[in-house]
Amino acid sequence: MRRLNGAVAIAMLWGLWATSAIYAPSAQAIDPIELEDPALQQRYRDLSHELRCMQCQNQSIADSPVGLAGDLRREVRELLLRGLTDDQVRDHLRARYGDFILFRPDFNARTAWLWLAPVALLLLGLGVAWRVLRRRGALVSEDDSPIEEPRR
Amino acid sequence: MNRFLLPAGLFGLLVALLFVGIQRSPQKGVIPSALLGKPAPVFRLPSLDGSADFDSASMRGRWHLLNVWGTWCPECRVEHEMLLEIARSDDIVIIGLNWKDEDLLAQRWLAELGDPYDAVPVDRDGQVAIEWGVYGAPETFLIDDQGIVRHRHVGAMTAEVWAREFLSRMPPRQTVPDGPVMVPAPGAPGAPVEG
Repeated sequence: MRRLNGAVAIAMLWGLWATSAIYAPSAQAIDPIELEDPALQQRYRDLSHELRCMQCQNQSIADSPVGLAGDLRREVRELLLRGLTDDQVRDHLRARYGDFILFRPDFNARTAWLWLAPVALLLLGLGVAWRVLRRRGALVSEDDSPIEEPRR
Repeated sequence: MNRFLLPAGLFGLLVALLFVGIQRSPQKGVIPSALLGKPAPVFRLPSLDGSADFDSASMRGRWHLLNVWGTWCPECRVEHEMLLEIARSDDIVIIGLNWKDEDLLAQRWLAELGDPYDAVPVDRDGQVAIEWGVYGAPETFLIDDQGIVRHRHVGAMTAEVWAREFLSRMPPRQTVPDGPVMVPAPGAPGAPVEG
């Protein structure tokens, strides 16, 4: 029985690994074009993973097979080959498509809530958790003392 | 009693936040153009009819529509009749940016359905569409006589959209003695006008 459980667990793990390997986002799977300079290629890959495919919206242009994503990848390659820095490439595309094209938008007045909301919510959650735990702790110690006393 | 006050208050705040979010996005998924209030991108492209290249410098001095279309785009067929209607009204110059299409299919489309465009620049590789921040077809930009982008509509042009989003942003029409009055009629005449 125990051995069977182990086999099932191994099979399930393998299944998980296989599906994730098949569906794992990979720039090369969709985009076979490689730049000659390995450093430039790395920057191109990193950039294309942080630019949103505007048609599908929850995929980066590196992961999306649609035509526009291909056009935007070509644009990024050409800008990099022209010698633009990563920030200049981001600014170039943001000037045309807006903040929305960046998966990690800059921190400014318009995007402040986007960046700060998770931190605020986390602090709130920690505060609530702390209060609840403190109250429970108080209850436990009160309950414990009368039971332990007679044993001594 | 008191211990429910804080969670209830927070829940109320969350509801208010989500409500505002929903109210502020009447068109789900439509992203405002980054070009609004900025000069229209400059471009030069070959014309679909084989005449001289289209130069965006020619767009100065009059109000223009730049309509992004392709024969592969079903919504473009939906809005075509409305574009013909706008073209008939003669209120505005319509440029039809033919996006990632095939010339023969595009020429056949205009011959069969009618041609609402004053010029059709051909953007075969999608380079100019990127300059305009286009992310789907059809998209229609409103450009004023100074070459400033005033509005972008994503999706099919309808009589309602034309009146609400475009005519309202344009200067009142100069009274032309015999000019037809532009009424966004829902039932547009079926027969396309030549030219």
